[in-house]
Amino acid sequence: MSRTLYDKLVDSHKVQDLPDGEMLLYVDLHVMNEYTSPQAFSGLDEKGLSVWRPEAHLAVVDHVNATRSSVAPDAESKLLIDNLSNNCKRHQIALYGLGDPRQGIEHVVVPEQGLVAPGMVIACGDSHTTTYGAFGALGFGIGTSEVEHVLATQTIRYRRMKNMRVNINGALAPGVGAKDIIMKVVQLVGAGGANGYAVEFAGDTIRAQSITGRMTICNMAVELGARAALIASDEVSKAAVKGDIANTVAVWESDSDAQFDREVDLAAGDIAPLVSWGTSPDQSVAVNECVPEIDTPTPKAQESHARALQYMGLSVGTQLTEIAIDRAFIGSCTNSRIEDLRAAAKVLKGRKVAEGITAIVVPGSNLTRMIAESEGLDKVFREAGFDWREQSGCSMCLAMNDDIAMDGERVASSTNRNFEGRQGRGARTHLMSPAMVAAAAIKGRIADVREYLNEEGS
Amino acid sequence: MPSMVKGLAAPFPLSNVDTDVIMPKRFLRTITREGLADGVMADLRFNAEGEVRPEFFLNRIEYANPSILVVGDNFGCGSSREHAVWGLKQLGIQAIVGTSFAGIFYDNARKNVLALAGIEPELRDALLKHLEQGAQTVTVDLEAKTVVWGEQAAPIAMDAATQQSLISERDDVSDTLRFSEQIKTFEQKQPAALRVKVPT
Repeated sequence: MSRTLYDKLVDSHKVQDLPDGEMLLYVDLHVMNEYTSPQAFSGLDEKGLSVWRPEAHLAVVDHVNATRSSVAPDAESKLLIDNLSNNCKRHQIALYGLGDPRQGIEHVVVPEQGLVAPGMVIACGDSHTTTYGAFGALGFGIGTSEVEHVLATQTIRYRRMKNMRVNINGALAPGVGAKDIIMKVVQLVGAGGANGYAVEFAGDTIRAQSITGRMTICNMAVELGARAALIASDEVSKAAVKGDIANTVAVWESDSDAQFDREVDLAAGDIAPLVSWGTSPDQSVAVNECVPEIDTPTPKAQESHARALQYMGLSVGTQLTEIAIDRAFIGSCTNSRIEDLRAAAKVLKGRKVAEGITAIVVPGSNLTRMIAESEGLDKVFREAGFDWREQSGCSMCLAMNDDIAMDGERVASSTNRNFEGRQGRGARTHLMSPAMVAAAAIKGRIADVREYLNEEGS
Repeated sequence: MPSMVKGLAAPFPLSNVDTDVIMPKRFLRTITREGLADGVMADLRFNAEGEVRPEFFLNRIEYANPSILVVGDNFGCGSSREHAVWGLKQLGIQAIVGTSFAGIFYDNARKNVLALAGIEPELRDALLKHLEQGAQTVTVDLEAKTVVWGEQAAPIAMDAATQQSLISERDDVSDTLRFSEQIKTFEQKQPAALRVKVPT
């Protein structure tokens, strides 16, 4: 019987059927951070349990740490960081902590360290674990109770999702990239439109994406509610697999006649550089458009729309490119890889950040930072007026460290969520690609990156 | 949990309420599960000075101390933080009635015996209307899989495994460890390529 890629990944990791249609699913790699794991380790201790297979786990510090190497952790951050370190020591789990050249944002570190390959199942106490679908691996976020379950059993209790496929075909216009693709999909399908689904991305537009672009797309698939995102493995993903596992990579793809519960089609040529205007990732428009009116005027939708406008301090009809920003942030597990930094640096080269804008860039890992520095990208960012951060981490994506936007401040951000309060209480987030953040930083307001690309004739 | 939750229900009809809103980040800087009740929707309940915002539903006298929330679509989206569920439970919430819930939030709720009852949008809207003037007694019956208020009842969409898990409050870890032999057998058959050893 023909099967989808998702079903093949689930079938190949089923340990045992459980009652009522559930199963025990084997987890090949489990990744942890300092803030969603402490209570899982306490749970093990309370029950007197040990870790099933310590070498199948990786812990990183990324969410709470300062990204200025000169800033010492505050007492609460230190508690979380030290707690993770102690837990890893006690249970012989690998920890890439602060100061380790391998440290960085978990979903940047894992591919960089050769820990993901097609056909794997990866779980992590972080919703953006969908990233690993870029390699044809099944990645999904879990809560702390499930972290405890994976530590103790190397499995999770799992129920199979439905299958959705998003087909994207055609050539992208200049200045349009992976971030715009996924923001368009979120806009079309809606913030909860893929709840209960595993979503496979297919089509020649997807095939033409680099592994970095594919990771950006799969990463933000969780913003449409997808519990997993997948892209069939091919030469691109195979070439991106590092280390020992690279030699044994198999092809993982859906059968040609596999059936999907839902299919969505999208023409790549219809995608423009997108910017979010509201407080949900599906509230976005093309950069050359205005803050839109509501499309489905039900009373509840109207209330949500009005509330988003009020929080964002915007009115219907305002041109996006007239919206002034206070901060620019390039970073996060969505867009902080070397290719993202190169794209932003290309826009910034020889230009300056507008007066009064606080601009920071946090490379996705310490290794990424070192590669960027060897290419001279740090100089481009610094000369433009960006603060080049030397310690990697999630930083202002979720503002659990000291990088917090103030009440009412507007941030052009290469991150994944524009929720109320996400980057600081009252802070207003506009999601966009890293190159678009660079353009906004230069103009001091939301800007169309294509203006800069045209100047260079590209 | 008892198979039936009967209590005062309060309305919070916004769509796409995310876990950043349910449990703001400053409450995540902890290594325990405790003390999170104050964090629930803290930026909506309190202003920047920490004063109560009287207009927010949880602060209104007619909706004080609910044990059931009736919510908008796609409740609990965003971050995987289980702290959101821990906080809601500590605030006294035992069931949430909505139409759809984000996947990780749904699983976290199940693990913590917080019943998430998805009903048809029209019926959820009718229930919201029923609560417009003040909290009302609502029953979430897990055995019958219905939400009951006044003369109305709405069927709950809930898979049998979640239903049983909520009612029996089983300990998943010790339950799974009964399959230790099966897990070991699976590991022996796994292709070497997938058997990761993370370098320390």
